[in-house]
Amino acid sequence: MSFLRRRKPTLTPSSPNSDHNNDDSDVDNDKERKTIREEKRKNTNTRWSCLDNCWWFVGGVCTVWWFLLFLYNAMPRSIPQYVTEVIAGPMPDPPGIKLAKEGLKANHPVVFVPGIVTCGLELWEGESCADGLFRKRLWGGTFGELYKRPLCWVKHMSLDNETGLDPPGMRIRPVSGLVAADYFAPGFFVWAVLIANLARIGYEEKNMYMASYDWRLSFQNTEVRDQTLSRMKSNIELMVATNGGKKVVVIPHSMGTLYFLHFMKWVEAPAPMGGGGGSDWCAKHIKAVMNIGGPFLGVPKTLAGLFSMEAKDIAIVKAFAPHVLESDVFHFQTLQHLMRMTRTWDSTMSMIPKGGETIWGGLDWSPEGHYECNTKQHKDNHKPSVKNMNYGRLISFGKEVATLHSSKLERLDFKGALKDKKHVNVSICDVWTEYHEMGIENVEAIAKYKAYTADSILDLLYFVAPKMMKRGDAHFSHGIADDLDDPKYNHYKYWSNPLTTTLPNATDMEIYSMYGVGIPTERAYVYKVNSDSECNIPFKIDTSADGGKEDSCLQGGVYSADGDETVPVLSSGFMFAKGWRGKTRFNPSGIRTYIREYDHSPPANLLEGRGTQSGAHVDILGNFALIEDIIRVAAGATCEDLGGERVYSDIFKWSEKINLKL
Amino acid sequence: MSSVRRRRGSEAQSKEIQAEENNKEEEEEEKEHGEDDNDKNKKKKKMKDEKSKEKQEKKRKWSCIDSCCWFVGCICTVWWLMLFLYKLMPASLPQYVTEAITGPLPDPPGVKLKKEGLTAKHPVVFVPGIVTGGLELWEGHQCAEGLFRKRLWGGTFGEVYKRPSCWAEHMSLDNETGLDPPGIRVRPVSGLVAADYFAPGYFVWAVLIANLAHIGYEEKSMYMAAYDWRISFQNTEVRDRALSRIKSNIELMVATNGGNKAVILPHSMGVLYFLHFMKWVEAPAPMGGGGGSDWCSKYIKAVVNIGGPFLGVPKAIAGLFSAEARDIAVARALAPGFLDNDLFRLQTLQHVMRMTRTWDSTMSMIPRGGETIWGGLDWSPEEGYTPSERKQNSNNTQLTGQETNKTNVNYGRMISFGRDVAEAPSTEIEMTDFRGAIKGHSVANTSCRDVWTEYHDMGVEGVRAVAEHKVYTASSIIDLLQFVAPKMMARGSAHFSYGIADNLDDPKYQHYKYWSNPLETKLPNAPDMEIFSMYGVGLPTERAYIYKLSPYAECYIPFEIDTTAEGPDEDSCLKGGVYTVDGDETVPVLSTGFMCAKGWRGKTRFNPFGIKTYIREYEHSPPANFLEGRGTQSGAHVDIMGNFALIEDVIRVAAGAKGEDLRGDQVYSDIFKWSEKIKLRL
Repeated sequence: MSFLRRRKPTLTPSSPNSDHNNDDSDVDNDKERKTIREEKRKNTNTRWSCLDNCWWFVGGVCTVWWFLLFLYNAMPRSIPQYVTEVIAGPMPDPPGIKLAKEGLKANHPVVFVPGIVTCGLELWEGESCADGLFRKRLWGGTFGELYKRPLCWVKHMSLDNETGLDPPGMRIRPVSGLVAADYFAPGFFVWAVLIANLARIGYEEKNMYMASYDWRLSFQNTEVRDQTLSRMKSNIELMVATNGGKKVVVIPHSMGTLYFLHFMKWVEAPAPMGGGGGSDWCAKHIKAVMNIGGPFLGVPKTLAGLFSMEAKDIAIVKAFAPHVLESDVFHFQTLQHLMRMTRTWDSTMSMIPKGGETIWGGLDWSPEGHYECNTKQHKDNHKPSVKNMNYGRLISFGKEVATLHSSKLERLDFKGALKDKKHVNVSICDVWTEYHEMGIENVEAIAKYKAYTADSILDLLYFVAPKMMKRGDAHFSHGIADDLDDPKYNHYKYWSNPLTTTLPNATDMEIYSMYGVGIPTERAYVYKVNSDSECNIPFKIDTSADGGKEDSCLQGGVYSADGDETVPVLSSGFMFAKGWRGKTRFNPSGIRTYIREYDHSPPANLLEGRGTQSGAHVDILGNFALIEDIIRVAAGATCEDLGGERVYSDIFKWSEKINLKL
Repeated sequence: MSSVRRRRGSEAQSKEIQAEENNKEEEEEEKEHGEDDNDKNKKKKKMKDEKSKEKQEKKRKWSCIDSCCWFVGCICTVWWLMLFLYKLMPASLPQYVTEAITGPLPDPPGVKLKKEGLTAKHPVVFVPGIVTGGLELWEGHQCAEGLFRKRLWGGTFGEVYKRPSCWAEHMSLDNETGLDPPGIRVRPVSGLVAADYFAPGYFVWAVLIANLAHIGYEEKSMYMAAYDWRISFQNTEVRDRALSRIKSNIELMVATNGGNKAVILPHSMGVLYFLHFMKWVEAPAPMGGGGGSDWCSKYIKAVVNIGGPFLGVPKAIAGLFSAEARDIAVARALAPGFLDNDLFRLQTLQHVMRMTRTWDSTMSMIPRGGETIWGGLDWSPEEGYTPSERKQNSNNTQLTGQETNKTNVNYGRMISFGRDVAEAPSTEIEMTDFRGAIKGHSVANTSCRDVWTEYHDMGVEGVRAVAEHKVYTASSIIDLLQFVAPKMMARGSAHFSYGIADNLDDPKYQHYKYWSNPLETKLPNAPDMEIFSMYGVGLPTERAYIYKLSPYAECYIPFEIDTTAEGPDEDSCLKGGVYTVDGDETVPVLSTGFMCAKGWRGKTRFNPFGIKTYIREYEHSPPANFLEGRGTQSGAHVDIMGNFALIEDVIRVAAGAKGEDLRGDQVYSDIFKWSEKIKLRL
């Protein structure tokens, strides 16, 4: 049918055109007959051509489209489900329905703490270029404005480079309520599935609370500017009071776990700096903290982000199409613009790997030592591993350096190198990143140091981005405390680092770490110096560095280890496997900790969308097993009722290798 | 232009098709044709001539579908082009055009006051009214699948059209308890989005929020006290803890804003809700919020009531009695069959009535204070009011106005059966008491096409008895409602009360059912607090009705407004069976103004601590041009939220001004004169 229609227009130009030409050129014997015909057709036929064809074609397409749309809407809702069931067998009930049948009821109020990036931000005051966007989402939703006015968008999303707060004349504020982070973009759920399942057993807005906060700011600044921590405290107290004194179950996700660590210290600290809730606030108000994919000890991905604005995804794009990123949204220098923006976001620094070489490994060792990337998939028991990965070298310049033994490495110290500005023509590059102040000499100095561990990487960041790190230093710490009773640890900058704080005194509380495993996760990088031009970011991931065999952990310049695609197991699991287990100096009251791992398996078919058994960092929020665990706890269960711990990875083995004073 | 194009197209296309039909013959030509047209012209022409006869016949066959396609394509393309041009147009162009036509627009009040140097000071709490707050679905029956956390009320109302009876089922409450029916949970939307826009483009609070944001307000200093406006005030606490939430949020905002007290902005029914809240929060714990007797003075700077129906709304009666307001009555008169068979196939009004009668909150707006306030059979506070008089707005015309309108409308007779009854002196009316009448159960056919309204229990006898009582005042109307809707009123009287207290210290007045009635409660002990009543005037507002018996079968609502009853001339107060008086189109001035003009003014028994009250009236003037939308000087009940003068007043109060700084009262209506006529012991 449609084929026929389409053919017609292709034929059309022939006849009218010929007629038209006849009128002009042919003055032969046909003249008399023609004049008769002309009278009929002259006006009508002359310009039936391309334009009309176009319209005809557009009309046809539109009509067919509408017709199909109509059919689709007229289709009963159960058909796609029916089809799936025929193909894949009956679907399992969503956990909410299943547990509602078991008779579970809403019991403890629930608090969601969203992570970085997932929470929407809206405009409250802006410059004239952002006219008409009042209370519209700049972050989250469709991101329409990013395409319409990219420079304006970047300007508004950036913070002040000195204070880390709003630039003058701009106010961007977090969206509040459950809508803040239920969907990140249309159709891309974050909390929505969990909320829907909780609603099945009777939850509603009076006993669910989304603790949305401005994830760009440092944690303490959210309180200074928006009083976010006070709001969270007040809302938790309100929910406990209006739900018959039932304590809350807190569910932080991703960076939210660090934010909530900060909150727990803040709320019990005395008033000027803290919330003044008293030393038993947590014991009185919190039943359990169920961390989902928590980067307790940081994420190596952040390093790549801060250092060269690359994560694996971007690095690959860059390799395939070198100029796409440079020329697309912002005309040029996309990456630089993004880098300038993200470097004003203090919160990113909360995820720089913490604990230095003690945790992440030195030049020649790492806790994960013999991890083999693809064994997970085969589920074979302990293949002898071939190569020793040096995960400890978080950044190495060149593939050889990454594998060389440390005694053979020749390193030159970069810290003494002078920053000379004369080599750089700052005016050419409208985009300002701190790299332009560095000069070529320094770039080389950095490259000559060759390998960076979790300790020296901090020095590196201080060197390449001094202003950013200065702000970060005031709000976050990345070390390990020797003596936790030292009064300096009462400062808020230590509160979000689990290695420099103690857990609150709340013996009845339970802390869970729930995360996905079985997906290769970025752990270390191979870099090279970017020789293009001075306006570019001078370093980039060496995407040509590939481990020879297909199953090597080195792919496209990135060493990967087990994790949930973003956070390595080490970061989300270590504190629970060892650091807080039993009574340690970090956990003086002996709060019980549990690890619940969820093995990743990709969605079985397209209709499942992002999968009901996924272990990926965000998709895990739709994992049925995880949702079931959460609902059970919210309905009153303890971890013993869930069947205790559930571990697939080697986290306990790796934790043993880490020598941390407990 | 387009018509010409269309003609060409259809003919041309028919030709192509014809050409295709003769494909075999032309195939060679087509190929060569592409290479060189002119050489082949002769050949082609001959063939064409032969075919020309056939052509004529075949033209018609094909023209229809093709020209349709062509036409649709044309429209689409033009549409896209226009859309593209529209998007390309700089944002300032419409504004520029307006300014060229009408002169420069005034700055919005937020911008203006920012220039004056005002900044955010007191946290602001919005209390939305009935109907304006969004409601979303949290749990529903099979038919509402896929609507989880979608708005059933507010937004586009798409579901009303897609599945009307499912929608009505979910929006209804339980007829016995006034709470959720089993298996259904519909909950208020929370946050500022709950009531910033009622439907896309139809603002409620959005303009005010935007203007407050100009002087520095944001979500940490603004709070939308969204509640489920369908259920009775105390039940919002029982079910959703809504009052506790408001209390906690006000306390939080005061604490995080450096101890600056909150400014409360209730609108419409929110005014009554907040009266209830102020009593609740200070009452001791099991029934109240246990905030202590100084909670209001500690946390509230001012209550700025916008269009508040303190003493009820006559419209509510028409709604409850026959599911009609003037708008619906007019629609019915114009097209009698329309409402009865459009959305729900039949019995739309009955469905709507059954639904609204389960909403307890509607009963909070039944007129209060009985004949003392609203007038008896032969008098009313507003008597002598003529609509034309207010428009001229000068002192001289007042005398003549009163003389010409000697008809003297009896507003006190809120419902009369027949126009003659409405105008006759009370001595001539023969009233038969309806209260003893037996409801003829046997006559009524209860199975009446599924829809259940309590009228079906009444029977013909009951209906006749109601009509024979002829005239109802504000007092007897409550008896009337109790007669026609006993179940509803049984629920209602557990939550609301409509009388006047003799002795306010009587311990019975500590029950929550009295809290939302200003005539049966005292204002809190907060001498520093200020109460404003801001409302629009200058619009005809429903005040009394002329009813008739519905001529339809027994399955219909047996009463309807007699739309044929018209006043003697254009300026008359009686139009389409409805007597109108000054007000904001929904609430009469008497209801919004009386408490602040007299009942609470100075130290009275209703205001024992002498809280200062102010009246701010805003004269209605319709929008000057289309670009103004719903107007910046409107006085209508909801549109007043976009009134620049009102917004300016609100912002000034929020930024710290007192009632004195706004130059006290601002009055256009006769509210003080009318208040004097009301004999209420103070």
